[in-house]
Amino acid sequence: MGEALLAGAFALAALLATAVVLTRDPVRQAIVLSGYGLSLGVLFVTLQAPDVAMAQLAVGTVMVPLMVILAVAAIRRHQREEPP
Amino acid sequence: MAWAAYLTAGWIVLAGFYGIVTSRNLVHVVVCLSVAQSATYLLLLSVGYRWGATAPVFSDIRPGRPVVDPVVQAMTLTDVVVGATVTALLLALTVQVSKRRGTVDPDALRTLEE
Amino acid sequence: MSKGVNGVRRLRLCLMAAGALGFAAVFTLAVLGLQPFGGDVHPYGDRAVRASLLRGTPNTVSSVNFDQRALDTLGEELILVASALAVVVLLRMVRREEEDEPGRHRYGPADVFEALRVTGYALLPVTVLVGVYVVAHGQLSPGGGFQGGVVLGTAVHVLYLTGDYRALDRIRPVPLFEGGEAVAAAAFVVLALAFAGLIIPMNAVVGVEVGCAFILVLAKFFEQALLVRETG
Repeated sequence: MGEALLAGAFALAALLATAVVLTRDPVRQAIVLSGYGLSLGVLFVTLQAPDVAMAQLAVGTVMVPLMVILAVAAIRRHQREEPP
Repeated sequence: MAWAAYLTAGWIVLAGFYGIVTSRNLVHVVVCLSVAQSATYLLLLSVGYRWGATAPVFSDIRPGRPVVDPVVQAMTLTDVVVGATVTALLLALTVQVSKRRGTVDPDALRTLEE
Repeated sequence: MSKGVNGVRRLRLCLMAAGALGFAAVFTLAVLGLQPFGGDVHPYGDRAVRASLLRGTPNTVSSVNFDQRALDTLGEELILVASALAVVVLLRMVRREEEDEPGRHRYGPADVFEALRVTGYALLPVTVLVGVYVVAHGQLSPGGGFQGGVVLGTAVHVLYLTGDYRALDRIRPVPLFEGGEAVAAAAFVVLALAFAGLIIPMNAVVGVEVGCAFILVLAKFFEQALLVRETG
């Protein structure tokens, strides 16, 4: 049972990591990245690391995707103001 | 089969590198780099895992019960938090590049000066 | 020109493929030399657990971070401070833009459901309380300065979900958090060098530092993203 859970969590993390890389549009990528962060959090819980899972859930599902979206918005704003 | 967990980490590193090499957008590059970095979390925690052991917190279990390795967990913990601020730094650099050069396509940034 | 770029791309991909194959081979060899996943030999872990219990810290991860390897954590902290500082410096430009032309910017639109707004306001104290709890109980239960700090740093941004950026701006005066970050970093240096092992104050200081760093970094990104010119 535990073994199957671990295998599933590892497979999900690998799958979502690949999905993040293959998503080319940064805004969509931020959403997939959030899902990947969540899957890492689940994996860390199954690996008996609640401390790491706690930090990973806040950082991986909120902080980094939010920063990516804000950076994309800032880049679009600059490019609209000063067309190259 | 017993090494599949470690090989998953290798797969994620390579996926991240593939994304970096083929990317057309610096924001995408930064995200792929953070994916490649996340493989280190997997590798560290897999190295520290022990079948049938519990989390290394002794507030509700008696000492002597097998627990997973807390040293790699502490390393991973700081790695997660510090990695997020380093990703922030890279994204800030990307915003600056777009401000100065008007593009975030790495192929359009051939030289450092224009 | 585009043919040249395509050629460069293909060359780059070939180079990457060669490197990836090499990496895969070396990594697999290295991994086969490790003990199998879930093995029973963890000499460092066993010693760390013993040392932690001797010092009476139930959460061994906190003990490793702030007692046994405090110097290492100090290095990590300095990376965090340096990165946050660099972000603040790099994204400072817009401040000058803003001061040059006051009144020409407005913040993004705020059309959200009333229910979402109320939920956001109601959740803010709860999330902040959870963050403080996680920091304060880091010695006993899973949690600590790093985890609680990230919870605190992100919790404040529940207010942004309510669509009220001005409210978010009011409850996080940036200079205050800049000061808090600096003071907490300095306090952690002193604690790590002279008083390593005082886990509760170290947790608190790291919680303040990580929370301030995250709030500062996100504040700078928000500024960059949300300043929209009215005459655009």
